[in-house]
Amino acid sequence: MPTVKMTVNGKAVSAEVEARTLLVNLLREKLGLTGTHVGCDTSQCGACVVHIDGKSVKSCTTLALQAEGTKVTTIEGLANGEKLHPMQEAFRDNHGLQCGFCTPGMVMSAICLVKETPNPTEKQVRDGLEGNICRCTGYHNIVQAVLAGAKAMRG
Amino acid sequence: MHNFEYHRAGSLADAASALKKAGEDGKLMAGGQTLIPTLKLRLAQPSAVIDLSGIKELASIKAGAGEVTIGAGATHAAVAASKDVQGKIKALADLAAHIGDRQVRHRGTIGGSLANNDPAADYPAAVLALGATIVTNQRKIAADEFFKGLFETALKPGEIITAVSFPAPEKAAYMKFANPASRFALVGVFVAKTKGGVRVAVTGAGESGVFRSAALEKALSGNFSAKAIEGVAMPAKGLNSDIHASAEYRAHLIGVMAKRAVAAAG
Repeated sequence: MPTVKMTVNGKAVSAEVEARTLLVNLLREKLGLTGTHVGCDTSQCGACVVHIDGKSVKSCTTLALQAEGTKVTTIEGLANGEKLHPMQEAFRDNHGLQCGFCTPGMVMSAICLVKETPNPTEKQVRDGLEGNICRCTGYHNIVQAVLAGAKAMRG
Repeated sequence: MHNFEYHRAGSLADAASALKKAGEDGKLMAGGQTLIPTLKLRLAQPSAVIDLSGIKELASIKAGAGEVTIGAGATHAAVAASKDVQGKIKALADLAAHIGDRQVRHRGTIGGSLANNDPAADYPAAVLALGATIVTNQRKIAADEFFKGLFETALKPGEIITAVSFPAPEKAAYMKFANPASRFALVGVFVAKTKGGVRVAVTGAGESGVFRSAALEKALSGNFSAKAIEGVAMPAKGLNSDIHASAEYRAHLIGVMAKRAVAAAG
């Protein structure tokens, strides 16, 4: 089997994978990083969003081998010890979740969105979350959380 | 998903030789945003997948005098954010900014979209309306010769798109009516006032994929205004009818989107 090497949440990782192994399966099954979720498995819902070299991507629509040599960040890589990332804190403060299943993907998408658009309008946040679906339809508080998180990230 | 041999191409020549070696069951992959879902559904079962995403020379975007050349490996996000594209052909940057969603735009590429020629894809409308030239590792293909039907193109076995060259239009805009669920174009219309005349391309609607509308081009040639389109009959013949929209509804939408595009082009 081919070997893939990458950095995941700051740690060097080397794993043997089949060519057809998806990045999300490598993360969840081989590395035990189950914070990244599989919702639809058809690139629609965004529960599996992680960052590859800082850019949000759907890890259910990326082969593990495509991530060769990249820096991957998952929801587990955001907090600094006990201290949550400002966007995670904002989701907690604004109750930006209901069942919580979509939340890891929402947070990862939101951070990338804010890095590219540091001071987004509400419309930009709603448009920016087009690829993330909340089955509880809890969008109102998610959008409020992203706006608050953006403010906190600006410092 | 069935398993396959994976080859990460280091250069265009490497990709071409790996593709030749793989034979007719070899498949090229750029961003994988269409191919991976297709593999999951087992609609394709390639013996080998040749990954083009590591070929740096394919990702460049260069502006020349009156044209922009976009490398086949440029992602939708890169095209949308490119100052060169925004400056020369704003309509093209706007189109790229609304393909799929942000995550898809971070990986999906212009070359992959064109080689796939999905009948509801956005890029084919821009390529056809702007009269772009598709550059491959073997030749140059004019847009009018490239699109051959549903998921069919003029590309031959072993041929790899390397870049797309777009002449800058005088005016242009793209408007799409997105399917509310999938966000694919139910109907998308790209209008362009070019040196060679007015060109109008329609995606999402045709039974055979993207097409030019002679009736709209004629109406807009004399008078490039939304008013000129009023009264132009849009036949439903040759348009798709499915659970999302009837051919008649799509025909109606072509006129509406064309008017909005002309108004947006200014």
